[in-house]
Amino acid sequence: MSKLQTQDKPADFEGIARISQVSGLGMLTLRGDFSDKKFQAGLKKATRLSLPVPRQIEQAGGLSLAWMSPDEALLIGPEDEVSEVLPLLEAALKNCHAMVVDVSDARAVFAISGGAARSVAAKLAPVDMRVSGFPIAEIRRTRFGQIAAAMWLPAEAEIRLICFRSVARFMFKQLCVAAAIGAEVGDW
Amino acid sequence: MSTRLQTGGRLLNKDVPLNFTFNGRKMQGYEGDTLASALMANNQMLMGRSFKYHRPRGVVSSGAEEPNALINMGEGTRFEPNQRATTTELFDGLVAESQNHWPSLEFDIGAINSKLARFLPAGFYYKMFIHPRPLWKHVYEPFIRRSAGLGKAPKMRDSDTYEHFYAFYDLVIVGGGIAGLMAAKAAASSGAQILVMEQSAHWGGRCVVEPDQINGKDPEYFIQDLVAELTARPNVTMRTRLMGAGVYDHGYLLGYERLRDHAPSEPGPRHRLWRIRAAKILTATGAIERPLSFAGNDLPGVILASALRDYVENFGVSMGDRTVVLTNNDDAYRTAIALKAAGLDVPVILDARSAGGGALAAATKKLGIRVETGKAVAFVKGRGAVTGVAICDQAGQGTVLEEIACDCLAMSGGWSPVVHLWSHCGGKLVWDEALAMFRPDPEKAPLNQKGEGFVLAAGAANGHFSLGAVMQDALQQGAEAAGITAASQSLPEVDQTAEAAMEAVWMMPQGAGVKLRSKAWLDFQNDVKVSDVQLAAQEGFESVEHAKRYTTLGMATDQGKLSNINGLAVLAGALNADIPAVGTTTFRPPYTPISMGAIAGAARDEIFQPVRQTPIHDWHVEQGAYMEPVGQWRRPYCYPRADETHQDAVAREIRQTRNSVGLLDASTLGKLLVQGPDAAKFLDMLYTNMMSTLKIGKCRYGLMCSENGFLMDDGVVVRLDEQSFLCHTTSGGAEHIHAHMEEWLQTEWWDWKVYVANLTEQYAQVGVVGPKARDVLEKLGGLDVSKEALGFMEYAEGWLGAFDVRAFRISFSGELSYEIAVPAEQGLAFWQALCAAGEEFGIMPYGTEALHVMRAEKGFIMIGDETDGTVIPQDLGLHWAISKKKSDFLGKRAQERSHMVDPDRWKLVGLETLDGSVLPDGAYAVGEGENANGQRNTIGRVTSTYFSPTLNRGIAMGLVAQGPERMGEILNFPDLSGNEVKVKLVDPVFYDKNGDRQNV
Repeated sequence: MSKLQTQDKPADFEGIARISQVSGLGMLTLRGDFSDKKFQAGLKKATRLSLPVPRQIEQAGGLSLAWMSPDEALLIGPEDEVSEVLPLLEAALKNCHAMVVDVSDARAVFAISGGAARSVAAKLAPVDMRVSGFPIAEIRRTRFGQIAAAMWLPAEAEIRLICFRSVARFMFKQLCVAAAIGAEVGDW
Repeated sequence: MSTRLQTGGRLLNKDVPLNFTFNGRKMQGYEGDTLASALMANNQMLMGRSFKYHRPRGVVSSGAEEPNALINMGEGTRFEPNQRATTTELFDGLVAESQNHWPSLEFDIGAINSKLARFLPAGFYYKMFIHPRPLWKHVYEPFIRRSAGLGKAPKMRDSDTYEHFYAFYDLVIVGGGIAGLMAAKAAASSGAQILVMEQSAHWGGRCVVEPDQINGKDPEYFIQDLVAELTARPNVTMRTRLMGAGVYDHGYLLGYERLRDHAPSEPGPRHRLWRIRAAKILTATGAIERPLSFAGNDLPGVILASALRDYVENFGVSMGDRTVVLTNNDDAYRTAIALKAAGLDVPVILDARSAGGGALAAATKKLGIRVETGKAVAFVKGRGAVTGVAICDQAGQGTVLEEIACDCLAMSGGWSPVVHLWSHCGGKLVWDEALAMFRPDPEKAPLNQKGEGFVLAAGAANGHFSLGAVMQDALQQGAEAAGITAASQSLPEVDQTAEAAMEAVWMMPQGAGVKLRSKAWLDFQNDVKVSDVQLAAQEGFESVEHAKRYTTLGMATDQGKLSNINGLAVLAGALNADIPAVGTTTFRPPYTPISMGAIAGAARDEIFQPVRQTPIHDWHVEQGAYMEPVGQWRRPYCYPRADETHQDAVAREIRQTRNSVGLLDASTLGKLLVQGPDAAKFLDMLYTNMMSTLKIGKCRYGLMCSENGFLMDDGVVVRLDEQSFLCHTTSGGAEHIHAHMEEWLQTEWWDWKVYVANLTEQYAQVGVVGPKARDVLEKLGGLDVSKEALGFMEYAEGWLGAFDVRAFRISFSGELSYEIAVPAEQGLAFWQALCAAGEEFGIMPYGTEALHVMRAEKGFIMIGDETDGTVIPQDLGLHWAISKKKSDFLGKRAQERSHMVDPDRWKLVGLETLDGSVLPDGAYAVGEGENANGQRNTIGRVTSTYFSPTLNRGIAMGLVAQGPERMGEILNFPDLSGNEVKVKLVDPVFYDKNGDRQNV
């Protein structure tokens, strides 16, 4: 995972919500024919995960599998677990037309925490952030301002969002602006 | 004389006085005042000057429709012109200045325009400034520029912040008056998620100003209870200071929220733009009163009747002690009653209807107010402010029957439903003859993506004016909007006074001659009079859209809210057509002006545009690198030390690299993993080269052309294994080429078994370049980087020191060169390890400029320099990269077209000035004669040009007609002053022609 500041303190901001960087996660990009039984079986064997339907995140143990496109999923979990599962997955999918590739370093992960988390995200992403519109364990690929990003809620009042590591600093800045004191949205 | 009253002021908190200044003069108001009411309280009736004739202007309304009381607000970085005093909430320390006058509001030189009115009718711009033509640039245009505009343009950057907010609702109700609130009540029981938005700071709209009781009590109590009830509902959100700005396709609605205009010292964004997606939108936007058109109707002291009673009730101010009421309907009688109740004098009510009014008229007579029927105002007396009115018969030509002294004239020409939001997305209107107004045609609502109506109108916005009818309509529309049947609840008990029919009066008096008509104003801000619209019709501008542009009626900042209907009625009269046949002009968002800041949102300063940084970015900055934008990336251009110029730094970086070793941050290059049984076949289609023959562990420089045959990207392809290729792209091309690959795989070759992954961000990539490069890597230890183990254009994976690497023997500089990829997380540490290992060799980083010069010395092309979207590989001497064996690849057929194989195409050559100087970028080579446009014929152009420290002279590459066949010829590339610059055509490879150095 990208760490914004390797020497000094990690990125952390307390405003109307808390903006912080999350580290220690690994990610694998998984591509394959979701309708292929061998693919599903191989995946299950190596990770205990089932394929998610659109906008869903499947979970098994510490690993999550998020739907990214009709033929792409993103495996997320603690760094060590993910690097352990990579060769298992490659082996299990050997006889399928599939791609498993480590993208653990390619992204930055942020957390927006607190009661105002949904409203902070709603300032930047054109997503229905109502509780009814975006339940827990769903993933959205969208944009935050001008940056491509994906987000999900591991719990209420807690948002995880990922973007490419090259724009991590930019993302952090715009999240802090959105969460600035005085920028409360109130009832919406 | 306007003044504060003892009575009234339901919106005021008299315990909190507020200080403000107007044109530098200190004034006082109360919390709850608008700037308009506070100015009136301070007897400031003159508030500005009109646009064209600089006529004195006072407030004419109490809301967002105000055309006159426009203010330069604030100072410095918070200055903003054209703010309406009627919608500006007063705050302590407010600084306001009036607009469009010099030297002062009271004594304005611009007022001379008014004297010249006869020579400055509508359309004079088109006739006046056409001839003589040469005078336009130096006389007319500067003159117009200086007199253009109303408020002053801000001179400093806006220091306020702004933001956007995306929100989704089942139903959005625009308007927090009785109709909007009742509709919300009806809809709420469905459980739908509802937003109710009100543009002002207060709920209740007009009904809280009028005396008609609801359930036997003041309407204020009813509203309070209703608001509390709605606020308590979890599925209803209530927000004030939020205006519905525009309705767009698919239920998209813009809301403009003014968060800090009334409290500027508090932290937080000033405005928030709500970007809403609503399944249904209900416009309960009320109605706007129309002025009457009579001579002198623009004088300060002439005000809309309902606005006057708004000021009396809400703010406890009066416009004058003696008010004449002028009307064509019953509603204006309420103003007379309100004034009388406040202890003010109403010398007469002039009712243009010969039959007069109904119950309200009778009530005023009971109060002892004189009422005259069939009467009109011939003209208003006074200079700069109303002093009296001259009365005539409405049916006549304006012969004065009587003059009455007064200091205020309250006029009402009827009411126009606010149909703007209904109309924005295609809703149509129907003309109501009885009430002389346009209202929404329920059969022709704006349609959504399913072809269903998605906007409803309720209350006065829907053409209902009596309180009972408004509430009934609101309950019905609210239920319909929520998709439920209206609950059969009994309506609250309402005091209602039946009103007599109104009578449309488009000109007062009806037979007014040209002298009166040229002083009867339609558009108070742009100074458009009845005679102007009639002139437009006379000159043939018969379409309402043409008449609008010809006269500028409705084109000011108030967007014609008080002038549109009156204007089109005059046009209809002039054309002898029906009003519905003339129609309205197109309603366009925003409903009222919104700030540029709100539209821009948070994107400014550091977050204006995304900036991409490599893992080594901070190191570059700490070293004092001069960073340049490459797409959204920032890359070091050079690393100047001490007193070095950029040129010095670049020269040093090149010399060091060619003589010893340099380091390049190449992390920005695109890295696309292409994998699958059909990967080789796929790449054969995408590249001009044969990629399927590339052996595992080898690299090949490839060219990618568009379908149209033009060279669009280049880069080295690496074969990782049987089914896996790593494709490098240019820094700016990664996303584009990834999308290009996906597009062809998804739409054309969807049955091919290939997957692509964009790994650009997964790896940091460092170039270790120069004769000592191998030595540096051997110091780190691990991977065998000898020539035998890792030869030119080969690749290997392994460990270098503690780092997990892929090393590619690729050279863009022509030197011994390793491009090494490490996981991005290790990027900075790897770079630092290389710096340490290379110290004994004097290792130093080099930037993009050194990179560009070195490749130019070697004759290597750059996408974007040697290519411009019209260049093909054959133009660049890259025939060797185009496979002759492949039956097809993207661009192959396109390159067979006649223009592509034309021998006269300009082709790549090297350029050497005879004097060693550096050719300027973009210089052209000239040939014999001139073309059809009288321009010198050109036969070539410079595509890249630099000073080469390696050769100690200027070098350049360019495209020249038949270039490769003209080696050694001297051409002329004139400089910008036209001086000859002699240039010899040479081999584009200036240095190490055989390529020995990269091969060691």
